[in-house]
Amino acid sequence: MMENETKTIEIKDLDFYYGDFQALENVTFDIPENKVTALIGPSGCGKSTFLRTINRMNDLIDGTRVDGDVIVEGDDIYKDEIDVVELRKEVGMVFQEPNPFPKSIYDNIAYGPRAHGITDTEKLDEIVENSLKHAALWDEVDDRLDQSAIGISGGQQQRLCIARALAVDPDILLMDEPTSALDPVATAKIEDLIDDLKEEYTIVIVTHSMQQAARISDYTAFFLMGEVIEHGPTQKIFEKPENQKTEDYITGRFG
Amino acid sequence: MRKSFEHQLEDLNQDLLKLGSMVEERIHKAITALKNKNDELAQQVVENDDEIDDYQMEIEQECINLTALQQPVAKDLRRINMVSKMATDLERIADLAQNIAEIALELSASDYVKPLVDLPKMGEIAQEMIHDALDAFVNSNADKAKEVAQRDSKINDLDEQILRELLTYMVEDPKTVQQSNDLIFVSRYLERIGDHVTNICEDIVYIITAERVSY
Ligand SMILES: Nc1ncnc2c1ncn2[C@@H]1O[C@H](COP(=O)(O)OP(=O)(O)OP(=O)(O)O)[C@@H](O)[C@H]1O
Ligand SMILES: [Mg+2]
Repeated sequence: MMENETKTIEIKDLDFYYGDFQALENVTFDIPENKVTALIGPSGCGKSTFLRTINRMNDLIDGTRVDGDVIVEGDDIYKDEIDVVELRKEVGMVFQEPNPFPKSIYDNIAYGPRAHGITDTEKLDEIVENSLKHAALWDEVDDRLDQSAIGISGGQQQRLCIARALAVDPDILLMDEPTSALDPVATAKIEDLIDDLKEEYTIVIVTHSMQQAARISDYTAFFLMGEVIEHGPTQKIFEKPENQKTEDYITGRFG
Repeated sequence: MRKSFEHQLEDLNQDLLKLGSMVEERIHKAITALKNKNDELAQQVVENDDEIDDYQMEIEQECINLTALQQPVAKDLRRINMVSKMATDLERIADLAQNIAEIALELSASDYVKPLVDLPKMGEIAQEMIHDALDAFVNSNADKAKEVAQRDSKINDLDEQILRELLTYMVEDPKTVQQSNDLIFVSRYLERIGDHVTNICEDIVYIITAERVSY
């Protein structure tokens, strides 16, 4: 299916458990480089859980267990000796609710680079400017970088969080329902941004909006009760899904 | 889930069926008028064309509304797009029936060289094709749609046969040229009606299988 595309992330026979509860079962598919992959499926089917396995965010939850392989840029992140801090630098994450730190706009962006040891002010200025420009926010905030990030609008905050994720120069960007708290105008801005960002980043996005998945993604994976029922080019999933359950879900006849 | 959407889709089905039966009736009237030299019947077909046009536009608007408001995908999307397209084909068929009725009015004053047999037969086949195609549509029966499309070859054969026969009359007796010419047109119109029904059958198969076929 993706013969001409580089696989950035390969998932093979992935099982995931919260204690005794199995949240992911036998998940297997590849995520190609510089493409947008959308994860869709009903609430509780394991989309967020799956997203968090890609940067080992689930490690932070007690009693979780992983079986199978998650290979990110060639490293099996649960088997090979890997530095989790380094992994999360390569695999950035943006959440549903914008969650800026109660600090200035500038410090929000500079936080990651500083944590990775960058102290040179000129270098930091450059990173802040570039990240904000990449997140299509620079023009709106360039005259108030020292103001609190809490004071800007929700849509701006979400782009700020994207800029913050970009500041550590990741290759992969995970987004968990990044526009569910935003109005249509702010949503359109984020969607445009995602389209621009895929030139340089591999993006995996969870969304509950079928229209959003159809608009912005190249590939779509449909999750149901912890399993991937169908995965393929987005156009195919929305025009001619192979599995009846996929068709029922995307046409709103589910349940 | 999405109850009102289901109802709207069902309404759309019903509206297409209604348009289909209006169009069937039109063919029947036009051909009967031609065969029996019934001016009144022919006049009905000619005068009531707006009714079909309005109905077709109503269906088209319904399809646009459903697309905008329900943002359908997959089979729903195919169905809504194809219903709009099928309504257009049905409307064209009605126009062709009108053309036939106009010829019926022109020819009603003169006697036919011989009683019309093959043209009514063609009309009957066309009418049945529309009926059975819409049956295949409501029952989501792709095999049936394919079978209906294949009947178009019978119409094409009759069209060629009629052309040959009328050309012979024209050569033998120049006085029949005008009449024969008109009847050749009727045959051509019926042949085109068959093509429109074939399109409709292809659209039905597309809705059901998502495969574009050409019969
Ligand atoms: N920390 C946790 N401890 C135990 N169970 C959890 C935990 N987080 C999630 N789960 C369970 O795992 C399953 C998958 O949850 P997950 O949050 O991945 O679903 P989701 O597809 O992201 O749903 P939503 O669309 O509502 O965000 C659910 O049954 C959920 O209850
Ligand atoms: Mg979630």
